Amino acid sequence: MRQPKEHFVVTFATTTGAMAMEEACRAQNIPGRLIPVPRSITAGCGMCWAAPPDARQAVEQLVIEKKLDVSGLFTVLI
Amino acid sequence: MIYLDNAATTRPKPQEVIQAVVDAMQNFGNSGRGSHDEALTAARMIYDTRNSIAKLFGGTKGENVAFTANSTEALNIAIFGLLGPGDHIISTDLEHNSVLRPLYRLAKQGAQLSFLPADKNGQINLQDLEKLVEPNTKAVVCTHASNVTGDLVDITAVGEFCHRHGLLFILDASQSAGVFPINIKEQHIDAVCFTGHKSLLGPQGTGGLCFREGLEIRPWKTGGTGVQSYLTEQPSQYPTRLEAGTLNGHGLAGLHAALKLRLATGIEAFRAHELVLARRFYEGVKKLPGVKIYGNFNVALRAPIVTLNIGDEDAAQISDELDRRFAIATRPGAHCAPRLHKALGTVEQGAVRFSWSWANTEEETDAAIEAVRVLAEESK
Repeated sequence: MRQPKEHFVVTFATTTGAMAMEEACRAQNIPGRLIPVPRSITAGCGMCWAAPPDARQAVEQLVIEKKLDVSGLFTVLI
Repeated sequence: MIYLDNAATTRPKPQEVIQAVVDAMQNFGNSGRGSHDEALTAARMIYDTRNSIAKLFGGTKGENVAFTANSTEALNIAIFGLLGPGDHIISTDLEHNSVLRPLYRLAKQGAQLSFLPADKNGQINLQDLEKLVEPNTKAVVCTHASNVTGDLVDITAVGEFCHRHGLLFILDASQSAGVFPINIKEQHIDAVCFTGHKSLLGPQGTGGLCFREGLEIRPWKTGGTGVQSYLTEQPSQYPTRLEAGTLNGHGLAGLHAALKLRLATGIEAFRAHELVLARRFYEGVKKLPGVKIYGNFNVALRAPIVTLNIGDEDAAQISDELDRRFAIATRPGAHCAPRLHKALGTVEQGAVRFSWSWANTEEETDAAIEAVRVLAEESK
């Protein structure tokens, strides 16, 4: 198993929300990718956006600017 | 074979659409079910398709597009999700059973219905809508284009009427999506219900509804969503709120390709070709002995449909003769539009519907004119 590292994670209420986040981040070259939601957040079956911690500010700004439909922002070890 | 039953489903589909479905069947995982590349490839395509549909109908957000198997399912979602017992609903005699049967079911549950009547040539008078308004009127549900005559309903006027009276406007765009402009904001439409496999040139099993921002639609079905799994109810956020179970990702890939074609070419180019051919046919058969054509051909803008009868001949027999002797595919019968056929006086006889699409040619149209001429001659 890989060693856990700190990530900034954004969760969504819908798959469409996750897709909108990916599209917005890709358009601005903000690093990160969609991964299954880790159990430390919820044991549901959705996707979340996981980014390196130093991308947090850029992601948060994007969420506000683009009015992205997010359900939570977390810093987690995954 | 000459295929003139495009109002039932367009055939053939463009090669780009076929290839997109094949590629999807080879490569797609399940959208929203996992975050591996295969699932994400499907999810990205569906996301893009939502945005294209929103753009097509003047919507603001892709999340206000919910995908369904067809118009019928979309209409059921809109009608049962927005209306209920105690509501009065206005519709028209032009409607297909995809509108009528949900409304009749709602009436059994306590809703009241009024229908704008069609005359014996299938014409409705939108001025008469005013006379149908009751204190408890909640909505107008109507088609954009009659699937029997091809006549268009002035949805701008219906939208203004609804706006004036504070009514919901649910539009059945089964015969018009992608061919005639529809704008939910400018035309005051609350929900547009569409199918992918007719004028949009996509695969069967695709469709959906595009609705205005802020509209509260109760979920019609509940089930797996790929998100919020421990909720006991359907998630409240759109589009998941209206979508349960695996989407038709393979079909939607085809619809995605069809929309790309449509948006690149422009809807006018598709429409002009179809309308020229339908008009050519109309002009070619209108004076043939015994031929009776239904609908208003004094206007240029209409769905590419010509529906006719020959004398008192059974429409089913005429359609079968066209098929067996001339290899021309048409649609006889009631076209799932019982109220309109009652108005036309064709409940017993039915009528034969010819309908065009992008792949039809002048030669095919002329062959159809000749076939009708022969049959009209024989029935004298």
